[in-house]
Amino acid sequence: MENLVQIAIQNVNMAAVMPPLVLSCFGMALLMISVFSRRGATSHVAWISVVALVVTGVVSVAYWNNPQFGFTGAVALDNYATFFNIIFLLAAGLTILMSDEYLKREGYPIGEYYPLILFTTAGAMMMASGTDMMTIFLGLEVLSISLYVLAGLFRGQLRSNEAGLKYFLLGAFSTGFLLYGMALLYGVSGTTNIADMGMYLSADPALLTNPMTVAGMLLMSVGFLFKIAIVPFHMWTPDVYEGAPTPVTAFMSAGPKAAAFAAFVRIFILALGGMQDQWTSLLWVLAVLTMTVGNVMAIYQTNIKRILAYSSIAHAGYALVGLVAATQIGISGILFYMLAYTFMNIGAFAILVLAGKKGEENLTLEGFSGFGYKRPFLGVAMAIFLFSLMGIPPTAGFAGKFYIFAGAVEAGFIWLAVLGVLNSAISLYYYLRIMVYMYFRDPAEDYAWVSMNTGAMISIVVAIIGVFYLGVLPSAVMDMARMAIF
Amino acid sequence: MTDHLLSLVTFFPLLGLLVLLFLPKENGGMLKGFTLAVTLVTFIISLPLAFDDVFKTSAGMQYVENYSWINIGNYFQMNYHVGVDGISLWLILLTTFIMPIAVLSTWHSVDKHIKGFMALCLLLETAMLGAFISLDLFLFYIFWELMLIPMYFMIGIWGGKNRVYAAVKFFIFTAVGSLLMLVAIIYVYYFAVQTGMTVAGFDLSTFYLLEIPAAVQTWLFLAFAFSFAIKVPMFPVHTWLPDAHTEAPTAGSVILAAILLKMGTYGYIRFAMPLFPDAVQQFLPYMALLAVIGIIYGALVAMMQTDVKRLVAYSSVSHLGFVMLGIFALNMQGVTGGMIQMVNHGITTGALFLIVGFIYERRHTREIKDFGGLAKTMPIFATIFMIMTFSSIGLPGTNGFVGEFLILMGAFQSELRWFAVFATTGVIFAAVYMLWMFQRVMFGENKNPENQNLPDLSGREILLMAPLLVFVFWIGIYPNPFFEKMNPAVAQVIEQVKGRQQIAALQIPAASHVARDLSILEEQAPVYAEVTVDEEGNAVIEENKTTE
Repeated sequence: MENLVQIAIQNVNMAAVMPPLVLSCFGMALLMISVFSRRGATSHVAWISVVALVVTGVVSVAYWNNPQFGFTGAVALDNYATFFNIIFLLAAGLTILMSDEYLKREGYPIGEYYPLILFTTAGAMMMASGTDMMTIFLGLEVLSISLYVLAGLFRGQLRSNEAGLKYFLLGAFSTGFLLYGMALLYGVSGTTNIADMGMYLSADPALLTNPMTVAGMLLMSVGFLFKIAIVPFHMWTPDVYEGAPTPVTAFMSAGPKAAAFAAFVRIFILALGGMQDQWTSLLWVLAVLTMTVGNVMAIYQTNIKRILAYSSIAHAGYALVGLVAATQIGISGILFYMLAYTFMNIGAFAILVLAGKKGEENLTLEGFSGFGYKRPFLGVAMAIFLFSLMGIPPTAGFAGKFYIFAGAVEAGFIWLAVLGVLNSAISLYYYLRIMVYMYFRDPAEDYAWVSMNTGAMISIVVAIIGVFYLGVLPSAVMDMARMAIF
Repeated sequence: MTDHLLSLVTFFPLLGLLVLLFLPKENGGMLKGFTLAVTLVTFIISLPLAFDDVFKTSAGMQYVENYSWINIGNYFQMNYHVGVDGISLWLILLTTFIMPIAVLSTWHSVDKHIKGFMALCLLLETAMLGAFISLDLFLFYIFWELMLIPMYFMIGIWGGKNRVYAAVKFFIFTAVGSLLMLVAIIYVYYFAVQTGMTVAGFDLSTFYLLEIPAAVQTWLFLAFAFSFAIKVPMFPVHTWLPDAHTEAPTAGSVILAAILLKMGTYGYIRFAMPLFPDAVQQFLPYMALLAVIGIIYGALVAMMQTDVKRLVAYSSVSHLGFVMLGIFALNMQGVTGGMIQMVNHGITTGALFLIVGFIYERRHTREIKDFGGLAKTMPIFATIFMIMTFSSIGLPGTNGFVGEFLILMGAFQSELRWFAVFATTGVIFAAVYMLWMFQRVMFGENKNPENQNLPDLSGREILLMAPLLVFVFWIGIYPNPFFEKMNPAVAQVIEQVKGRQQIAALQIPAASHVARDLSILEEQAPVYAEVTVDEEGNAVIEENKTTE
């Protein structure tokens, strides 16, 4: 907390916005490149955008343990932001790798897709490094608007259109709540700066119970909880996740969700830390609700994309447990969990991307009958990701859940931890069900296709390495997560 | 080499697995041969443990390896801390001993996806051995959960008609228990940190010294006991077992019965009981009651089965009930009886599942009514089956007798006397269901034309059974080599559980530990009262005694 309080305010410090700046420049250049490219030729755009992400990654990592502050306290490129930046870059990179062949296969070789992913990532970075409500809001808008377009990218498909429109309407509505909450809190404290607001609010205990503060906190919660897809603000998730192009769904479930968590945690710990008692009890209930609803609903799905959509709701619930705990291990657990989830969930989606042919995506459980025998490597990879999502050691998912629940126990929320693990037990059923189809059924003849491609294979292999690295040797990353929190 | 013997034994199968992945999947015979070789080498590597006399005199951990594994500042320090003592010794050897037999049993019974099956066997062996040698609770949990994955696929892919149901049920039952145990482990960890017992580790030896309030122990014990009870399995959470056993392929059933079920009972001796001695005292009658219900219920249900494999599965519920009763008798006879019965059950029930596999491979049915009079056409088979049946019943001269006799003797001498009375009926029931089944399958007239010309056991099948037969008689006639190596460790566990119970019962806040547990604390803090136990079992308190 201190490094934020003691910042020497510099009006302009380009270093503080260097990663999103670099990425945005690449994004704009790529827009031009794709305009001047032959119609349908997008491979070079995809690969250049991977290079852009790698370059931005190098730039980000360079600022590790070298925090930069600037723009009158509106932006901070601290370790916290850098850790999240790496998550966003990984999510974007893994997504782009699996996208190119897929988009061509589905008949939408759209060059703008890649700049849009890069802009979303840049927006996410602004959210993670925003130390002012306004920066966070700007980041959120950049991120959201790009995502609305991406969700509706397949403009000839009804589902994709529905996803884009639904996400846009509900998203815009929820942003309204967020902005209203920010406005109320500004009204109370007279500042939009997170650290200043925290100091102002904690200086006067009466302010913390002031109806306007409480209302501001609640309205802002609504905005963030919508983006993270916490029950009861999760209604859009299954439809949007199902309708959006599969790589976009993969990206949405990891990158933007992590971005919303980044801003949510920063605001609630630093600005509204004084109201912890109030929001803890609220989030406690919502976390349990989210885990339960997500897991129970997933049981009833027969479409794997929808199963993963509901499971992503449940996983947001687990991560929220870390915020309820609000201990160091709980918060760094969230960071770790977001990274782990990026690997395991995008990995699982990459396999969905491969399992299909032009115009016909193979997403039903039935369609995965005997998949493990037809494609042994992809089958094993999917099994690894599913075991990780279940939280079975020695995978990233287990390590992540362990830290989150350890945080809950440390903070005395033992029942929350118990409900969390019982929810993991419920989730076993539907993850196992996918594997039942993959391995315990004979191959379905009429679903014999799989469209292999290099990019998706790279992202699957990277995801497998990530899952095991975080699961078996989590020390280094967990140490980073610990150093990243304020 | 002895420095890393345990790691070598544990991870050698995993090494074999990595090589196996690069072998061509078409040549099934080679894959099986390779896996057999790997498991045999693992067994040979593990043999020095059996001949090490240190276990006769020392109760402590041997072959200890302790390395930092996960180190996250002052938050968590998980160590790769492994070791073996008289309690885990025979279970480790049982594992390495059973695995080649299980692999050899697949020669004709596993004919699809051979590579996958062999890979899972090797992964399972590493996970099981890892769980037995772990002395760090976090490490133990990793291996404990890892065991589920190979067994899940074994049942689900190579199992019988109802395999999907059985596999999912197996996975979910066991995982639910372990997840609650995970929360308990985390809680114990934070308790240890708060009381200053540990900086940030999950080391078992540190956790043994914790003085957890009795009320908290109750909950923690319940979480651990629930997890282990599912694995044992104890009544009433045993329902996954008959399904899993019946549907699993022969090799899977053998491993499940011989080794995986021992994880539960081992968990009680190693973790649940020494960690929470007061809760053990509190739950003693209930645990004994469940054990006895398991014995009698398992036997009665076994009696009614029409499927030989299901019958053997339910007999496991009954036998494991004996083991639990012995362990909770908390005296030398009871616990050593329970320990040796764990090994016995592994050998005998493993053998019975192999036997069921033999007739299933020949007739593709396991219904008792489909058989009769097999003794005439298959004399060698009949002889071996007979011996294993006797061993399962506990006939004197076989291993089963030694175990059950000690368990019952121990129970009679403890406060569980009345439970022992009822448990004894289980021995009689066992004779009824086993002999009745044996009679219906093997004796009488061989009426069914399909049974007329069944071939007797092949050389390979006899080779499978021979080592098991050796141990049936060895343990049955001269069990001393086994006992003398487990005695010191068993005595220590009993002291750990009982000695600390008495302290708690007396409620002397100043007293920290029974004298023999003091070695570690003496170095850290002065003790103001010392408690020792005299011959009659009463605690003797010396007030104001300070140590250096």
